[in-house]
Amino acid sequence: MLTLTSPVETPLHRWPAGLKLALLCAATVLLFRLTTPLPLAAIATALAALHLLLGRSIAATALRQLRPLWPFLALLALWHGLTGDLAQGATIALRLITAMALANLVTMTTRLSDMLAALDRLTAPLARAGLPTRRLTLALALALRFIPVLSDRIDTIRAAWTARSPRRPGWRILIPAALAALDEADHVAESLRARGGAG
Amino acid sequence: MERNLSHIALFAALIAVLGFVPQIMLPFGVPITAQSLGIMLCGTVLGAKRGALAVLLFLLLVAIGLPLLSGGRGGLGVFASPTAGFLIGFPVAAFVAGLVTEKAPMAVGWAAGLGSFLGGVITLYAFGIPGLALMLDKSLPEAALMITAFLPGDMIKVALAGLVTHSLARMRPGALLSRN
Repeated sequence: MLTLTSPVETPLHRWPAGLKLALLCAATVLLFRLTTPLPLAAIATALAALHLLLGRSIAATALRQLRPLWPFLALLALWHGLTGDLAQGATIALRLITAMALANLVTMTTRLSDMLAALDRLTAPLARAGLPTRRLTLALALALRFIPVLSDRIDTIRAAWTARSPRRPGWRILIPAALAALDEADHVAESLRARGGAG
Repeated sequence: MERNLSHIALFAALIAVLGFVPQIMLPFGVPITAQSLGIMLCGTVLGAKRGALAVLLFLLLVAIGLPLLSGGRGGLGVFASPTAGFLIGFPVAAFVAGLVTEKAPMAVGWAAGLGSFLGGVITLYAFGIPGLALMLDKSLPEAALMITAFLPGDMIKVALAGLVTHSLARMRPGALLSRN
């Protein structure tokens, strides 16, 4: 399955994932402390320059990932256009864009394996406290493995439905889909038990 | 133990897969995403604890960079978006939906519907609206006003969650962990 990590290698890919996550946290806190548009505009410009420096494809992907913000930006423009408080509107809009772009940049430049290793280190104190973090790893792996399996199953269900009915399946597809997940979960539980349990 | 773990993992996968399903069009032209229905079903089918854990596992997959939210969204950026409050509310919504389904002294379908309303609407909005207010720097009533458009669709999801849980209870009475 595809992840959101950029296939184009950038220098940021080589930074440790933990460092990037810590910087992201600090930067996000800072972004929410800024209450005037000018410093935020400077940060946004610097961020845009950084994206272009990292390559066209990174910049294009980053722009595409900001698309879910459009309705909110339109709403803010309308709202603050009516109230006349444009400086505040610009502050909020810039903060939204920079916070989301920065977080997306960390995702784009960190491989799934590096992210999982960072997660392992973050949960290490829990493991020492006696919590079963091995089960978390197992659950993550199982969920990842079964996403394509369930996806195929739903395609089959849809195909079976359209072979029998001229109408679209609609919400009724949820029942066999949930049944498939329940049955598959029972099989997996049996397989795990047969292989010595979940630990 | 193995059964809990496999159900949590499989339902996390189910939420993800429901994000790939094209939006379900209801007869009178209201589009609804199957994914948020999946959140409700995690609670009503798996029960409070397992349902909440399944949703948490799903959110973890999203956070480490998989594009599993409906519309192919994912990564850390979605937790910095205006709708982050709803994401944080997802596991709590599943927990409340599951708790009501487990405890309410009525037929499972009705209990699931009631649970989905209290969890998937009331609880979810209780997280989503303050999140929206914080991110857009608006007051709570203003933020609440912005999402009233979604209320009819969410009420339909509540009814569907009840119907689907009812059907599952009839087809696989033993598999409905929330009532076993």
